[in-house]
Amino acid sequence: MTAELPVGALLIAAGLAGPLVAARVRGPLFLAAALAAFAQLLALSPGDALRAELFGAALQPVRVDRLSLAFGYVFAIAAFLNVVFAWHVRTRLEPCAAMVYAGAAMGAVFAGDLLSLFVYWELTAVSSLLVVWAGGGERARGAALRYVLVQLASGMLLAAGAALQYADTGSLAFGRMGLEAPGGALLLLAFGIKCAFPLLHNWLQDAYPEASATGTVVLSAFTTKLGIYALARAFPGAEPLIWIGVAMTAFPIFYAVIENDLRRVLAYSINNQLGFMVVGIGLGTELALNGAVAHAFADILFKALLLMSMGAVLLRAGTVKASELGGLYKSMPWTAGFCIVGAASISAVPLFSAFVTKSMVMASAAQEGHLVVWLALLFASAGVVEHAGVKIPYFAFFAHDSGIRCREAPLNMLIAMAFAAALCIGIGVFPTALYAILPYPVDYAPYTASHVLAQLQLLFFAVLGVFWLMRAGIYPPEQRALNLDFDWTYRRLGPRIARGVAAALQVLLAGLRDISLRAGAAGAGALERLHGTEGVLARTWSTGGMTLWVAVLLAAYLLVYYLLYA
Amino acid sequence: MKAGDKRRWLDDPANVTLLYRLLWAAGLATVGLDLFVSRHDDVGFAEWLGYYAAYGFAGVVLLVLAAKGLRRLVARAEDYYDDR
Repeated sequence: MTAELPVGALLIAAGLAGPLVAARVRGPLFLAAALAAFAQLLALSPGDALRAELFGAALQPVRVDRLSLAFGYVFAIAAFLNVVFAWHVRTRLEPCAAMVYAGAAMGAVFAGDLLSLFVYWELTAVSSLLVVWAGGGERARGAALRYVLVQLASGMLLAAGAALQYADTGSLAFGRMGLEAPGGALLLLAFGIKCAFPLLHNWLQDAYPEASATGTVVLSAFTTKLGIYALARAFPGAEPLIWIGVAMTAFPIFYAVIENDLRRVLAYSINNQLGFMVVGIGLGTELALNGAVAHAFADILFKALLLMSMGAVLLRAGTVKASELGGLYKSMPWTAGFCIVGAASISAVPLFSAFVTKSMVMASAAQEGHLVVWLALLFASAGVVEHAGVKIPYFAFFAHDSGIRCREAPLNMLIAMAFAAALCIGIGVFPTALYAILPYPVDYAPYTASHVLAQLQLLFFAVLGVFWLMRAGIYPPEQRALNLDFDWTYRRLGPRIARGVAAALQVLLAGLRDISLRAGAAGAGALERLHGTEGVLARTWSTGGMTLWVAVLLAAYLLVYYLLYA
Repeated sequence: MKAGDKRRWLDDPANVTLLYRLLWAAGLATVGLDLFVSRHDDVGFAEWLGYYAAYGFAGVVLLVLAAKGLRRLVARAEDYYDDR
């Protein structure tokens, strides 16, 4: 198997065949597809490609290089983990949609042109929508609707950016482009939505925690990292990304402290970790880009592990609210242990994964003289220790005993967590294995006495800070609450304004109808002027201009729909 | 604790306090190591004695205090978006 079979096609085919087969066959079928997808990647090497032509435009549905391979490997591993973790699930929609979603994401990172990318982009949007939707209940469906509107907006921006590039250069190739390239700004915005840039981020915290115990694990792996991949492909070294990334690392950690839903804490945490990757891409040095890719790889695994442990808690205890949990280590000791491995990995404890990945981005920031950036990232790292290193395992499994007694997680969930935990530790202990698949040759040694000691100091004292605050009674108690974020503007403010405007328009329209009837006769003359042989609206338009206007119209329609009905 | 549970080591507050003190001891030991290991860093002032310890502790404390203030601004009832 080589590039002749589009990458991801196996997973998509399995996902589409899934609903047709019996539930007990589905697990083995998906497992075989995930393993075959990984085997296909191993058979590919940089330079392989699959070319095609559509209406005279050169397309490249498969383009293999080191960047796409790195993301491909980890997407295949994530697909495998998802299948094992959801082995017990007997419903049809979520597991099948998850396979299509994983396949589409894999296809996207190998797409060599913007049209192929767009097709996979939209397929991830629709399939992941179904994963959110399958969470069940009115809240999940509302979140799914808001989610897909944002994802489709990203797709529209991608299409418009691609059209502008094609109109200007005659090429649809997807490669390094920079912000000033035709369509560059639109593509940045399209990718930025997927990466959850500040103010474009709330779809993530809104939708992910509403999916099922297994669904959230699926969601955490693909969409945001696809955005990171696209940024790394198109905009390495684009300076604004440094500051966007810094904002992403810093602001979610404040929300993570006060958020009660532990899966939503992890959604804020995803946002924070993406920030480190975006900074790495913005710095643009080989060390920083390697760091961004390596950290994306590591993040998919430890975030999956953390969300798997919280999924197991949700399944067994019936809730992931910090205010309701505590003491679960007595009932779920294995899950607690795996959660702690995930917490150690994201906190960058030596011998765990983030210690060897995140540090590459931070070292590059320091070496390039970005002192403020470095200080901000160090602060954000301490914040990670607080919310993901301590808060998640502590409030779920320790703290005050909630009195909840339940069974340990099902065996398949424990196996999936064990795999993920082994990979997190494996990367931390044998970093050279991960470094070997990064886009550039790695000249970086994570295990120096200085680095280990510095990190241990940071970790010990960040943890001590949290427990000191708790024992002093200063730490904010867990309470059932919802925290307003930027989504308030489009879930509350926007709809209120829209309803107000709609009411005013109704009055206005009634008045206008009278006037327009009288003006009708005069209008016929104007029609002749506009659409006659020399009319403005009758002349031919450029394709690029047309696409742009169609995109603008669709965007306006989407916005109005969103504000009135979402 | 629930009736009928066997008593765990962590159920005794004295043991939790012991762990907390051990954590302090381990942390202070890493700072003490700074006297023997001359740390090299890309940022000059980060080589100061206990720099990362101080930054980590102060960072987390300020973060949590600021988040406490943020909660006063943004916290609402859980069903805030449900009634419209």
